[in-house]
Amino acid sequence: MAGKVDWQASGLPTEGKRSGVPRVGARVRRDVPTCRSTDRLDEVAKHVRAAGWDGCVVVNEQRVVLGLLQGQALDGDPQQLVEEVMEPGPSTFRPDVTFEEMTAYMQQRQLDSVLITTADGKLVGILQPTAAE
Amino acid sequence: MVREILRHEVQRLVADAEAQLAEVLPAREYEEEHLPGAIHLPLARLTRETAAQLRRDRPVIVYCYDAR
Repeated sequence: MAGKVDWQASGLPTEGKRSGVPRVGARVRRDVPTCRSTDRLDEVAKHVRAAGWDGCVVVNEQRVVLGLLQGQALDGDPQQLVEEVMEPGPSTFRPDVTFEEMTAYMQQRQLDSVLITTADGKLVGILQPTAAE
Repeated sequence: MVREILRHEVQRLVADAEAQLAEVLPAREYEEEHLPGAIHLPLARLTRETAAQLRRDRPVIVYCYDAR
């Protein structure tokens, strides 16, 4: 088994003084669109918008997070590659972080969303304000 | 024989009372939170005596903080 942190992040029941504390992993949106750094911008933008999102996470073959593609970057030169316009190396957080801690952090920094990954950088999902409230 | 198992296998084995769960982290971490039914078997104090609480007729699932 991956360990206690994997169990906690999955929202499974636990025992102990801090059992039942809500954790981020149980509230992420796992359906966030992803794309590759070598994808073309027009193809990605079409796919992202069709899915009802305004951005996507750039990942490699192992689903390790490389960057973010969002907002105005999606409206750039359609022939550009994702790697030319993405925001590389975004901040990420682990799924076992408590919901309370994450909410406080997001409010303090006025963040709309945060990326949640495993300890080795693989995408778990995205946490958004509506989920964090 | 030692082998790695996945989360869903842990859930099944524990639900069916087929396996014992043992957490090897320090006491404070165990007391804060542990998997349901897990006994505390801290690695730093693993001896023949502390391991005696394990049943010999059931497999033991040992877990730590994460897999790394």
